[in-house]
Amino acid sequence: MNITWYIVLSSLLFATGVLGILLRRSPMVILLCLELMLNAGNLALVAFSRMVGNEQGQVFAVIVMVIAACEVVVGLGLIVAIFRRRLPLNVDDLRELRG
Amino acid sequence: MEAVVFFVAAIGALGGAIGVIAMRNPFYSVLALIIHLFSLAALFLLLTAAFVAAAQVVVYAGAVMVLYVFVVAYVGGGGESAWEPIPGQRLLAPLLAIALFVELSIAVLGSALKSLESHGADTATGFGDPAAIGRLLLEKFLLPFEASSILLLLAAVGAIVLAARRREADA
Repeated sequence: MNITWYIVLSSLLFATGVLGILLRRSPMVILLCLELMLNAGNLALVAFSRMVGNEQGQVFAVIVMVIAACEVVVGLGLIVAIFRRRLPLNVDDLRELRG
Repeated sequence: MEAVVFFVAAIGALGGAIGVIAMRNPFYSVLALIIHLFSLAALFLLLTAAFVAAAQVVVYAGAVMVLYVFVVAYVGGGGESAWEPIPGQRLLAPLLAIALFVELSIAVLGSALKSLESHGADTATGFGDPAAIGRLLLEKFLLPFEASSILLLLAAVGAIVLAARRREADA
């Protein structure tokens, strides 16, 4: 398969993640859509690493996985904190920081 | 053979991604994301990234998703209201996503990178195996490796601070 296929698939997955973030209101699903976008970036990194024939892109992909794990841990901690305070789990209702 | 595996995995990845944003119940969204991650691991194997594929399955689809399932079970999957804060959001969002995809495709296909149309460079047999990645991580990328370990530690501490029950403060 040509590398182009992988890159086009990666941009399709990224656009799907963006669509989810724009459409959904539950913070949990928004975190899942962030995962989709990070994974699309990972696929592009690994595909380009294969294209150039250099493993450094794969190391980048591993580091991106670490970043994604950190994002999940902090995001889920925030969701649990929101739930404990009996605030609505809806990004449109949590708007106190909006000016 | 390679093309068949690619298309099956690509359909799995895309179907999983669409499942994540289409499911009403967050629990089913998490299950769809697991399908997506497994399909991506197959694609990584096709790209001869064995270590990244293994890490994807074990760390991502295994550990991280278990965390998601626990939090979904704790918080509970509430249905979302159909109320739209911005008029026409359900119509505008797909248009924006399609525009982004077209833009990305133009950027990639118009880049005139000759090697995009190839199967990739010729590689030795050990390309992307754990030994090669480990050597890179501990020699060339030692500083980013240590920085990411500190970042993980900070994230764990932050999550405990955020989610811990504060009895005196809340009482």
